[in-house]
Amino acid sequence: MKLIVAIVRPEQANEVLEALFRAEVRGLTVSRVQGHGGELERVETYRGTTVKMELQDKVRFEIGVSNHFVEPTVRAIMSSARTGEVGDGKIFVLPVERVHRIRTGETDEGAVTPLADSG
Amino acid sequence: MIEPVQTGAPLDMNAPDTVWMLVATALVLLMTPALGFFYGGLVRAKNALNTMMMSFAALAVAGIVWALLGYSLAFAEGTGFIGGTTHALLRGVGLETRGTIPHLLFMAYQGTFAIITAALISGAIVERKRFGAYLIFVALWTLAVYAPVAHWVWGGGWLARLGVLDYAGGTVVHVNAGVAALTAAILIRPRKDYARQALLPHNVPYVLLGAALLWFGWFGFNGGSALGVNRGAVLAFVNTMLAPAATLLVWMLIDLARTRRTTAVGAATGIVVGLVAITPAAGFVPPMSAMAIGALAAFPSYFGILWRSRTALDDSLDVVAAHGLGGATGALLTGVFATAAAGGTDGLLAGNPRQVLIQALGIAAAMVYSGVATALLLKLIGLAIPLRSHGRDEAIGMDITQHGEEAYTHGEGAVLLAQSTVTPHQETRP
Repeated sequence: MKLIVAIVRPEQANEVLEALFRAEVRGLTVSRVQGHGGELERVETYRGTTVKMELQDKVRFEIGVSNHFVEPTVRAIMSSARTGEVGDGKIFVLPVERVHRIRTGETDEGAVTPLADSG
Repeated sequence: MIEPVQTGAPLDMNAPDTVWMLVATALVLLMTPALGFFYGGLVRAKNALNTMMMSFAALAVAGIVWALLGYSLAFAEGTGFIGGTTHALLRGVGLETRGTIPHLLFMAYQGTFAIITAALISGAIVERKRFGAYLIFVALWTLAVYAPVAHWVWGGGWLARLGVLDYAGGTVVHVNAGVAALTAAILIRPRKDYARQALLPHNVPYVLLGAALLWFGWFGFNGGSALGVNRGAVLAFVNTMLAPAATLLVWMLIDLARTRRTTAVGAATGIVVGLVAITPAAGFVPPMSAMAIGALAAFPSYFGILWRSRTALDDSLDVVAAHGLGGATGALLTGVFATAAAGGTDGLLAGNPRQVLIQALGIAAAMVYSGVATALLLKLIGLAIPLRSHGRDEAIGMDITQHGEEAYTHGEGAVLLAQSTVTPHQETRP
């Protein structure tokens, strides 16, 4: 099992979701985060106050998948999150020690396998 | 002390009329920022400021071109099609009276109508139109489209001579803006996310606030169109209270019948549609007829919005359904319900079916002219500069890319800059 963490542009988040659903990746967690990835800073002005926005809004996806789902998931994110400009984000694939599905008590591969009757 | 405008004419204005028109002018001016809140709440958070600025900036652009030339083209002596240039730069517009109020005040009152009419169009093109191109459009549209149509109906032009009834601007303001919005939405094309993801209102309380302030200002819009303190002013004022109440009630009932819920965005929309529909009839129909007009007007706009959202027409904030359809419905129903006793010409119910045809002719004339002229203007501006943003800027949001600001800032990661080191945001060339 792997945990895939992807940081993407907020404006691409919907595309990523669509691509993941098309790739039949069903279970995921999304959060709004801020970060800096070397893109050009944005300058904003509020009356006399001019500021450089060092942190950009990003969206973080966390997806626990079984091993054979890693490549399709990464491909789906790569293709949907890319604009070609600096700041498109990163995908991290992390090893996972254990997974529990809380409702059923299933563990590991069973816990990250989507249920046939879920819906 | 400020020198009075030198006109050589005695101050023979009627004091109560002038007081009411001073207040009414301020009320109508408030409607444009109110529209900014109404529209601003309906867009996504990343475009809130840009959308509101489209209304606020109209105060500057349309207001100034109105004083420089627009007023003259609409209200100076001219042909049946357009006024002359006698009053350009406000020459001869002073404290002498026009009717019973100072000419200068009449000009300012009419100016507030020109401003909001231009701002109404912005709802069809939000979240993608470049701000500079929009400002140029507002300036040219006020002169080339609003001023002539206002002249036709209110400036003694050909529609006025035909007997078209338009108390406060159902045709001049709402049908005109609605058709311009339709044209602009088609030519500027849909937002890149349109019909691909849900584009939801980011602040429904703002939408309600905007609707409330629009209603408040509309008492000046309709009540002030009497141009004084008289029976017409009282009738129009009361009708402005009753008609939107009926539309709001019917709108909530349709909502309830369709989805078993009444919605707040629906309520705000219903109020605006009711205000639009009673505008042409305000001083021409008795109060019970005003309620009937309000109730009937809910249907075409409600189902127009449902239909539109399933089409490829990205009239983003439904200007066509609310103002175009609402205005046309109100203008036609004016021909049905108007009575000579209330202050208008007898309409269909009073035994004069011909008035409905005259109303229809007025609507058709405004539609054709506004559609063609708006398309030409946009094509012309499009030759000189791009009308809409690059897709990447549209994705980031118009607030950051057009204005260098955000509506809802966090402050984390914002580093203070010395003024000298500032390089402005580089817009991606569309």
